[in-house]
Amino acid sequence: MTIKQMANPRDAYGETLVSLGERYQNIVVLDADLSKSTKTILFAKKFPDRFFEMGIAEANMISTAAGLASCGKTAFASTFAVFATGRVYDQIRMDVAYSNTNVKIFATHGGISVGKDGASHQMIEDIALMRVLPNMTVLAPSDASETRRLVELMATTPGPMYARIGRANAPVLYTSDEVEDIAIGKGIITREGSDVSIIACGTMVDQAIDAAARLSKRGVSARVVDMHTIKPLDERLVLKCVKDTKAMVTVEEHSIIGGLGGAVSEVLAEHQSKTRFQRIGVQDMFCESGEPDELFEKYKLSAKHIAKTITTLLK
Amino acid sequence: MKHHDEAFIRQLDLMAVKIRKHIIEMLYRAKSGHPGGSLSAVEAIVTLYFHHMRHNPQDPNDPNRDRFILSKGHAAPTLYAALAESGYFDVEELLHLRQINSMLQGHPVCTHIPGVEASTGSLGHGLSFANGVALAGKLDKKDYRVYVMVGDGETDEGQIWEAAAAASHYKLDNLTAFLDRNFLQIDGNTEDVLRLESIQERWRAFGWHVLEIDGHDIEAIIDALLMDSEQKNQPKMIILNTVKGKGVSFMENNIDFHGVPPNEMEYKLAMKELTLVERALEASL
Ligand SMILES: Cc1ncc(C[n+]2csc(CCOP(=O)(O)OP(=O)(O)O)c2C)c(N)n1
Ligand SMILES: [Mg+2]
Repeated sequence: MTIKQMANPRDAYGETLVSLGERYQNIVVLDADLSKSTKTILFAKKFPDRFFEMGIAEANMISTAAGLASCGKTAFASTFAVFATGRVYDQIRMDVAYSNTNVKIFATHGGISVGKDGASHQMIEDIALMRVLPNMTVLAPSDASETRRLVELMATTPGPMYARIGRANAPVLYTSDEVEDIAIGKGIITREGSDVSIIACGTMVDQAIDAAARLSKRGVSARVVDMHTIKPLDERLVLKCVKDTKAMVTVEEHSIIGGLGGAVSEVLAEHQSKTRFQRIGVQDMFCESGEPDELFEKYKLSAKHIAKTITTLLK
Repeated sequence: MKHHDEAFIRQLDLMAVKIRKHIIEMLYRAKSGHPGGSLSAVEAIVTLYFHHMRHNPQDPNDPNRDRFILSKGHAAPTLYAALAESGYFDVEELLHLRQINSMLQGHPVCTHIPGVEASTGSLGHGLSFANGVALAGKLDKKDYRVYVMVGDGETDEGQIWEAAAAASHYKLDNLTAFLDRNFLQIDGNTEDVLRLESIQERWRAFGWHVLEIDGHDIEAIIDALLMDSEQKNQPKMIILNTVKGKGVSFMENNIDFHGVPPNEMEYKLAMKELTLVERALEASL
């Protein structure tokens, strides 16, 4: 097995903000007492005039970002996923989505791999919450290079957007050449296969690739799709997978309800798809404190469990 | 100021040191968690659980019990240690904080842990929750009291001020709040992040009876708590002037220990310091 090169998508976010700040005068950044964790501190140090520390006041942060955006700013607002969505849902709904303002909510610490802080901090509903909002684009980059690219696209594409990454380091999946082709709304086939399609997003893309490697040892050929954009969903790619492979699973560090799995299910149902299908994600429950790997194991999100679920599905 | 039995106060001081040792041990083993805000909260929580509150660890759901709500949920280790030392669960449990399959979650959760009144960790909720508990007490004509602790950074949250208004509007004189005024949050000093001063005047303007004391002086905390009965119709705010990281020299006022646990060397050093204080207190008894 090759050793994976690791990088932290949070660093990629902070560094990209700085380079965007250099290029675009209208970029402003807001944070809610977590700038050291979200890495907006890098922007704050470089452009103190365009950085607004809002304190532990997320609702105020979102509506303020919307006000700034209404005056021509591209406003990035950051905090942990749990505080960036559920806590401020009405502010996002009214001032960002309904008002169609150019606010980019960039959340870190999404999913259960937040780990030991426990279920209170493990956001597994954010994709669902953001996906139902009209006008909202929803992104979940899988590694540092994809994060870099998508943050740039967020800055240059108008409209309300939500992106979430995890807390931990992640293996680098894309070379700088490959990154050039990444576009909002277009899923990426990261590995070809003919028996089953694994459609994954965020931190789970890497687990999906590992699962595919496990399956190939058992003679199962798995395609892996990095569906970094959950909304607008790349329906064409989903339907292509229905045609090309015999079965399909979605994998996400999110509730199986309403997220990537929910979005793909909707496409399959409305196209009367008969493909064998299963959503892999957090079941309808709150998880617990623990190491990310232990949690992936216990809550059946590890590569091993993904492979096992697929084997059963194909039987 | 009332006269307190010196030896009794020393016993509580000793419990405070014991709780601090638990905190350091727990966070070291958990390899994650929040030392600074746990250590600054110790004396108030010790005073509540080991002196002032009416509660029964054998019957955590007694409808007549006094309630404590830890709004700044990241100080969970302090609450857990106080609950364990009170007898709500085995002290041995503390060693499994934040580990998979263990009861003690990174932040308090009321469905799993005996003695925990409210699930917290998302800042800003606890005072509103406490208002609800206090309102229920009035509705049910019960004489229990409700205590809540909020962080100073936590009062950046708008919800805190919604709750502040509601508590005085509903004349919740069965409610006492502590504000852990350690002047630090994560991104810096509270006054640099989002100015809070004059914090006394703010709470007064919201209709609260406000006291300000040394938050590490157990005698002062007891006195401030006893003043409750003299105040009619007003919720009470006790501003605790505290030191973040209190009791461990290199953690005191050190923002780097907000959310980072001690490494092995720091752990040993912290335990050594605390043990010295513990011995001196024991000797003075
Ligand atoms: C709603 C919400 N936003 C952000 C956080 C992340 N967070 C955890 S502790 C903390 C700082 C708290 O500062 P303070 O209230 O002063 O607590 P203390 O100094 O006593 O630790 C922050 C921002 C959170 N837990 N909840
Ligand atoms: Mg503080």
